[in-house]
Amino acid sequence: MHNLSPYIVLFPLLGFLINGLLGKKIHSEKISGIIGSGVVGVSFVIAAIVFFEMLRSSVEERFYLINLFNWIAAGSLSITVGYQIDQLSILMTLIVTGVGFLIHVYSIGYMHGDPGFWRFFAYLNLFIFMMLNLVLANNFALMFFGWEGVGLCSYLLIGFWHDRRFDTGGYKPGTATTSDAAKKAFIVNRIGDVGFLISMFLIFMTFGSLTFEDVFKRASGVMMTGDETMFWITLLLFLGAIGKSAQIPLYVWLPDAMAGPTPVSALIHAATMVTAGVYMVARCSVLYALSPVTMEIVSITGLATAFVAATMALVQNDIKKVLAYSTISQLGYMFLGLGVGGFAAGIFHLTTHAFFKALLFLGAGVVIHAIREEQDIQKMGGLKSKLPITSNTFLIAALAIAGVPPFSGFFSKDEILWHSFSQGSIVYWLFGWMTAGLTAFYMFRLFSLTFSGKERWSHDIHPHEAPNVMTIPLVILAGLSMLGGFIGIPASLGGGNAIEQWLEPVFERAHVIMVPLHTFSHATEYLLMALSVLLSIGGVYIARLFYLRRTDIVFKLSTSFATIYKFLWNKYYVDEMYDAVVVQPVVKGSEKLLWARFDVSIVDGLVNGTARFMYSLSGILRRIQVGVAQSYAMVFVAGIIIILGILLTRM
Amino acid sequence: MSIVPAELVAIAPITLLTALSLIVLVIEALMKQSEGVSYAVSVVGLVICLLISLGTIDLTGTAFNQMLTVGGYGSLFSSLFVIAALLTVILSRDYLQKEHINFGEFYLLILFSTLGMMLMAYAADLIIIFLGLELMSICLYVLAGFMRKRLLSNESALKYFLLGAFATGFLLYGIALIYGSSGTTNISYIVQNFSTLSSSSWLWMGLGLLLVGFAFKVGAVPFHMWIPDVYQGSPTTVSGFMSTGAKAAAFAAFVLVFAHPFENAEKLKTVLSLLAAASMILGNIVAIAQSNLKRMLAYSSVAHAGYMLIGLAAANEMGWNGILFYLISYTFMNIGAFGILSLLEREEEKNLTYDDYAGLGSKRPFLAALMSIFMLSLAGIPPFAGFFAKYYIFVAAINANLTWLAIIGVLTSVVSVYYYLRLVVMMYFQEGEMVLVEATSKASSPKFFELRRASMAVLTISAFALIELGIYPSTILTIINNLR
Repeated sequence: MHNLSPYIVLFPLLGFLINGLLGKKIHSEKISGIIGSGVVGVSFVIAAIVFFEMLRSSVEERFYLINLFNWIAAGSLSITVGYQIDQLSILMTLIVTGVGFLIHVYSIGYMHGDPGFWRFFAYLNLFIFMMLNLVLANNFALMFFGWEGVGLCSYLLIGFWHDRRFDTGGYKPGTATTSDAAKKAFIVNRIGDVGFLISMFLIFMTFGSLTFEDVFKRASGVMMTGDETMFWITLLLFLGAIGKSAQIPLYVWLPDAMAGPTPVSALIHAATMVTAGVYMVARCSVLYALSPVTMEIVSITGLATAFVAATMALVQNDIKKVLAYSTISQLGYMFLGLGVGGFAAGIFHLTTHAFFKALLFLGAGVVIHAIREEQDIQKMGGLKSKLPITSNTFLIAALAIAGVPPFSGFFSKDEILWHSFSQGSIVYWLFGWMTAGLTAFYMFRLFSLTFSGKERWSHDIHPHEAPNVMTIPLVILAGLSMLGGFIGIPASLGGGNAIEQWLEPVFERAHVIMVPLHTFSHATEYLLMALSVLLSIGGVYIARLFYLRRTDIVFKLSTSFATIYKFLWNKYYVDEMYDAVVVQPVVKGSEKLLWARFDVSIVDGLVNGTARFMYSLSGILRRIQVGVAQSYAMVFVAGIIIILGILLTRM
Repeated sequence: MSIVPAELVAIAPITLLTALSLIVLVIEALMKQSEGVSYAVSVVGLVICLLISLGTIDLTGTAFNQMLTVGGYGSLFSSLFVIAALLTVILSRDYLQKEHINFGEFYLLILFSTLGMMLMAYAADLIIIFLGLELMSICLYVLAGFMRKRLLSNESALKYFLLGAFATGFLLYGIALIYGSSGTTNISYIVQNFSTLSSSSWLWMGLGLLLVGFAFKVGAVPFHMWIPDVYQGSPTTVSGFMSTGAKAAAFAAFVLVFAHPFENAEKLKTVLSLLAAASMILGNIVAIAQSNLKRMLAYSSVAHAGYMLIGLAAANEMGWNGILFYLISYTFMNIGAFGILSLLEREEEKNLTYDDYAGLGSKRPFLAALMSIFMLSLAGIPPFAGFFAKYYIFVAAINANLTWLAIIGVLTSVVSVYYYLRLVVMMYFQEGEMVLVEATSKASSPKFFELRRASMAVLTISAFALIELGIYPSTILTIINNLR
């Protein structure tokens, strides 16, 4: 069964080739859509077969490597293209192909009538292919290939409608197109990628290999905790993760990435690609365990991002923007989990988040379609009766993300909070806890404004429920959001925490290095759990109260705390700050100084000078070629004399 | 002497190609309007020959009293020659019609010269190398002058013949001196007893002259003077064939004789390094000043001979294997480049300058894309095969303490980017009207840009091969590494 694994990756590539090369000729949405989703479906089935095979086999047999071919063999550097199937990568594969398949199916309905239909599916398939390479790779180089590949697909898909206007919200309104958003994502990600790349060099220099197993084995055997090299390796890797997973300070691209079609936001910018950073840190858990300082940085970054992004989400009015900030915030949670050593907890939250966040985005997509591409929640309201399936599934997802038991988000979030308390500090927990309250609040603000209350859309619009091809994925995801948490019920609630046990072998090396600081009784755990449930329900209640019955309070609050409101509304002015501190100086500097002075006079001068020199040299040398055979023979003989001269003199 | 059938089977690629050549000869003699038939038979025969060559790579041993080797190295090269011949034959069909020289003898000459190349690669004896070299060269002299009515073509044939004969004289003289000092022409005997034989100055002189002969055939400076004139005057597809097949054959023989771990061979290393450096520098720099694309490619081929000579100078396993990989990649890119030139060329030397290619990118995007791939690969830009070929050779040089040679190689590669990319820039960024000239006599020429599918397929396959070899060089490298 293990031999099947390469086909998981192969099928999406096949889909990409068919749709990419022949899509225009096929010219049929039906065929393009079926091929595009079908290949991902097949991948999912194969992944599931492999997964069940692994379930049946013993723990030792759950890890295996598949070498496909030697890619580069030059000197001591030998890069093999190979896949590593283990508990972590198969879980990621299931998420990518499973959630991916549902979103593909949904897209058949969503993209109906779009002239670039086949192109859309080709890109999506390419994305899945790249993402699978990222999660299945057995070495850093192939992972980086996937890493860059998903970045490319993200770029292509954000700018899919490349000429559409796009509102960046507050900051320079009305000037941007989706291409600008795509560029922003691409450029910001480059910063992180440089970190990844340098870290890769460091890893090769330190361990002489890029293969995960070699590196991790040597790291856990040789390296001391707190080693400085490990600090730089992990910190630079984390810089890559920050870029890809939109953490402070590189999160600014993700809200703008919402310019892409909504299924893209669901698949790439919520469920899968943005979690690549989380996956990478978890994959390298051994390296991180060896550098406690980096772990601290990871937790603080995660926590700060979770909290700050949640506050930004409070005041956003664009339905997708709220979800985008919420994604950033939830990714922060995951990093918090990883940073305090709860690797399994982080991955658990990644899993449940994939379910409910994909569902939220897909639901938002239905809403947006239903009221003529409107994204402003102030112009929605009362859609519950018009879009019953969407509103009910959206409600389930909202409850899940708000952390209301027994929905999936409750278990995974609580696991992270518990780890942050037991292995981090009370401050970590406190901020995490407050973020949970904010999450519940802004999610139900969003839900209330969209689905409940008065209808605020114009009356010539007649919204109606989406076709089955879109609603069925919603229902399936709702099921997963509801029940997904049961794979990780903690021991204190009488569960076995199946997911943590499943992943334990992957994180074993890291756990050997990291000794847990404190142990706490179940009583503490119950107390914290009760507090967070209370806060979640409180947040939901207050949001419902504010935005449905006492809208006057919102108004009062926003006027009496005008400064804070404005500060939040402008997203802490981070975009403006980046513009002033980084973008403008770079643009000005390159125009005025680098281009005008350095480039034109020095570089161009040098280049043109060299070129002119070569050209005139070339003209001189050319004259030797006179075209007369006799003179050629003379040169020939001269050559012979020189050669024989060298060979016959005894050295 | 009786011919043993088993030995004929052992050297199956040679036997088969001989038979094929004779069949085409008979067709030419007996049939009227034979050109189409000869073409078809040649193509089918060459494909079979390719399969047989590839199939015999695993064989080892010698045949005909240690005159020929069996399988291995020879078969790999013979596959390469057959590929070059096949690509040339297919690409020539259009060209010959267009230039009104569609005579069946063309295919016959290609087949016979390919046979000569094969003999050179299968040789176990210096005499066989000479035999193959002459067979190949004489056919090429005729092919160079195949456009009987064009002055430039006549001139190039005559020049090629004169200088070629001159060089062959030295080569033969070298063989004679080697025989005189060692009493044999068997290559492996000479190699094995090199340390005792090398005390004689006559052997060194013989080797020197042999080296000169090969250097002439591969087009290394200062024995390169014929190349620009001949490449420019010959039918374009023939230039492509000469620059790949004939060059590869010369290198095959060069490697056979000189790629051995000789003792006290520092002098040899010096000579080879100097030839390499001079070829890279002169070839690349003079190529800059060319406006005619055929001449540009001619100088570029001098430069590429220089890169490959680095592999010989390095005198290590990596260098020798690097030459083989280089030759394979170079065959695809250069036949491709000359192929496109031949497709767009019109009577009386039209459409052969940089300026003629302005705006091709928007008019014929696919053709322009293919040309760009060939140019980028020639310049050695990843991910195309040309990059990896150079990389391998340079690493071999550094391992052999010839870092200075590798540095010259890298610097001259940078220079070469200028004239290769100039064509790409022309095609894409120079908005021109359709500068390319229509056929002058419409009656017999194919319509403008109306290209045969076979030609396009051949070009596309070449481009694919370059990408494949560039991304996944291990396919060929493992075969090459297993040869020795």
